[in-house]
Amino acid sequence: MQAVAPGVAEVPGADVEPAAGRRRRLAMVASKGTLDMAYPPLILATTASAMGWEVGIFFTFYGLDILHRRRLSRLKVAPVGNPAMPPPLRGLPLKVPDILGALPGMPSVATAIMKRWMRQSNMPAIEELLEMARESGVKLFACATTMGVMGIRQEDLIDGAECAGATTFLDFASGADVTLFI
Amino acid sequence: MASSGIKPDQVLDCRGLLCPLPVIKTNKAIKSLAVGQVLEMLATDPGSKPDMLAWSRQTGHELLEVEEQDGVYRFLIRRKV
Repeated sequence: MQAVAPGVAEVPGADVEPAAGRRRRLAMVASKGTLDMAYPPLILATTASAMGWEVGIFFTFYGLDILHRRRLSRLKVAPVGNPAMPPPLRGLPLKVPDILGALPGMPSVATAIMKRWMRQSNMPAIEELLEMARESGVKLFACATTMGVMGIRQEDLIDGAECAGATTFLDFASGADVTLFI
Repeated sequence: MASSGIKPDQVLDCRGLLCPLPVIKTNKAIKSLAVGQVLEMLATDPGSKPDMLAWSRQTGHELLEVEEQDGVYRFLIRRKV
């Protein structure tokens, strides 16, 4: 392991190498349908793909909105009950009181702010990350139960989404080196 | 910083980009090279340093050199597989 600069993480990788010819596998559950919670599974998925891993994400409950053709571009940040909401203007010491987050239009404001920060940081939009994930062969499992409960049909989902139940996902996850619930 | 004088076959500028883009773009770029060729990647994200070490360990591509100057990291990577 090469030494890195002070203050920069230095972590060893796994001791056990996968068997010859077998790729490492990442299995994730994406259970949240807010804009901020759509990023982590997609960032981890595209990164793992770039590391040569096989990746599958099981989109369930509100997380299924990430695969929904129309809802995908309308994911919102939820300002209520989120004490980490930063001040609306960078450098402004005042945070917005939680109760104001419940006012009409506040989720749209919070969402617009986060989208602007993402753009300013050259971060891809959720649609672009999803496209990268699809291009690199990430498996996108759409929870069959969620589809049934919420009345979502296959044609409501983006191309590449595969309808599957918990059994299919667990079968995939049983061969995973890393599993995450988000 | 001491430089090995290795001439890269391709340069990839990831300055101003945050995780996961430098790793994703590096992975794409290295695949466009022939085995044995060298990619130079420039980044400003401090996380890119441990990330590139981990990426090279995971993919088997050889990280030949890491330099940092004025907040810019310069990686030299040889395509191995």
